[in-house]
Amino acid sequence: MNAIALNVSSARKAFGGLVAVNDVSFEVRQGELLGLIGPNGSGKTTMLNLISGALKPTSGEIALDGAPIAGLSAYKIARKGVARTFQLVRVLPSMTAAQNVMAGAVFGHRRLWGEDAMHLAHELLERVGLAGRGSLPVGAMTYIDQKRVELARALASDPRVLLLDEWLAGLNPSELKIGIALIEQLSGEGRTIIMVEHVMDAIRSLCDRCVVMSSGIKIAEGGVSETLSDPEVVRAYLGDDDA
Amino acid sequence: MNSLSQKEIIIGIGGVLAFALAACLPLVDQGYYLSLAVNITLYAALCTAWTLFSGPTHYVSLATAAFFGLGTYAVALWVDVLPFPLLVAFGALAAGALAGIVGAATLRLSGVYFVIFTLGLAELVRQIVTWAQATFTTRMGLYVFTDLREMHIFWMLLALTAVIFLTGWLINRSRLGFAMRIIGDDETVARHVGIDTAKSKIVLFIISGAFIGIAGAICAPRYGYIQPTSAFNPMTSFLVVIMALLGGTRKLWGPIVGVIPFVILMDFITVRFSNYMPVAMGLSFLAIVFLLPNGVTGRLEQAWNKFQSRKSAPSSTETAA
Repeated sequence: MNAIALNVSSARKAFGGLVAVNDVSFEVRQGELLGLIGPNGSGKTTMLNLISGALKPTSGEIALDGAPIAGLSAYKIARKGVARTFQLVRVLPSMTAAQNVMAGAVFGHRRLWGEDAMHLAHELLERVGLAGRGSLPVGAMTYIDQKRVELARALASDPRVLLLDEWLAGLNPSELKIGIALIEQLSGEGRTIIMVEHVMDAIRSLCDRCVVMSSGIKIAEGGVSETLSDPEVVRAYLGDDDA
Repeated sequence: MNSLSQKEIIIGIGGVLAFALAACLPLVDQGYYLSLAVNITLYAALCTAWTLFSGPTHYVSLATAAFFGLGTYAVALWVDVLPFPLLVAFGALAAGALAGIVGAATLRLSGVYFVIFTLGLAELVRQIVTWAQATFTTRMGLYVFTDLREMHIFWMLLALTAVIFLTGWLINRSRLGFAMRIIGDDETVARHVGIDTAKSKIVLFIISGAFIGIAGAICAPRYGYIQPTSAFNPMTSFLVVIMALLGGTRKLWGPIVGVIPFVILMDFITVRFSNYMPVAMGLSFLAIVFLLPNGVTGRLEQAWNKFQSRKSAPSSTETAA
């Protein structure tokens, strides 16, 4: 079995009286693709925010390759090798697609500059299906293309762990197919990925394992098909009557 | 990206020629036009230095008067005992240090608080200097007597402007410049790609503040008699913002486009209708905000992009960015 890339132990985030993430623990092994699923408001994005440093955990430990990262600033965590995409796509509107991707390469885990960074940016744009469109202003791109740019930017830092926050949301059926194939390809190359997702087909076809959250608590974990048929999980999604 | 493009070389040569030509002005006129040129160069230096920081971050700093005044006072306090160049360096250090402290204290806050804080800071420094003078000395002002004449001041300010431009250009090519553009676009993304946003902003604020301090130091001999009310005049801060916004803060040379016409206009108004100066300032501020939110250069850029996209609309060709 591969070494543990990311270990979350009893991570907790409370906003006043509301506990968004309630002592959640799980681990991700190197090269694994972990799905983080659960109904709306179950704390999945908050969990990602705790890992990426967008939010500081109230308590608990998060370790990347054994080194604690919980509570560090987002930029420090990024430099240690955690990259992410955002639930609502965040591109840098005044820049071209290539410059957007470069942003990921220059300051993060891999610190490239100049020609090297530009070269990598164009290479990654090609990877995500945007070959030859590097000089387009990113504001003029369609939603899926902006998502591709964002993914390329996250990849540009050559992250140890890649966090995808509903990267497939808002795509039409044919785009979805392309998106799933892309993530599958990344996973096949040995990238460690945690994906928060509502698209169950994607979870089924892509993930090795999944963690299910409901109301801030981890209610199930394990292989995808067993977990999704777990009565507790079904209840969380559909309510008591259908369980 | 790291080697000079042909366009950059042409702009560079053009810039050097423009500065060389401007430097010849004192040979032609030593009176009114030189005085006007000193004002223009002063504001060109101040506005460009201000834009180094406020352009990419969109943080409006009203601390210009504080940095400027510190520079002026660095010279005024010790002009009789220490050589002038050393005092200019003092001015830069003092202003840079103040910028560092202010930056560390406020740049983590959002824009509005920063604006108010910087305005309050300039006032605070002015009050402290006034208090110190009233308590520890018997005079309200300080005399600055040097051999420096108007043309020397003009040359120094011109050189300063050139250095600020060069610095700005170097920053734009550096990681710091790229980081600032990312921060200006989306600070959350900036943090998540590994940028220490607070540090980047503080470094840039220090550079900008130090340049403004130098400008203040150079101007001290011009005023001759230095008082807190003139050295820390809040009007300086406001004028710098107005002129920089008029020109546009997206490009390094943007502010200068605003400075030249505005200083000439200001000069005209002060001579003819000196009582209406505040009215003119208010009106021009409104006009800029309503008519030219991105400044003159922003408007030009818009027109240029429109022209370009019309030209290249039929074939969207790919060029290396």
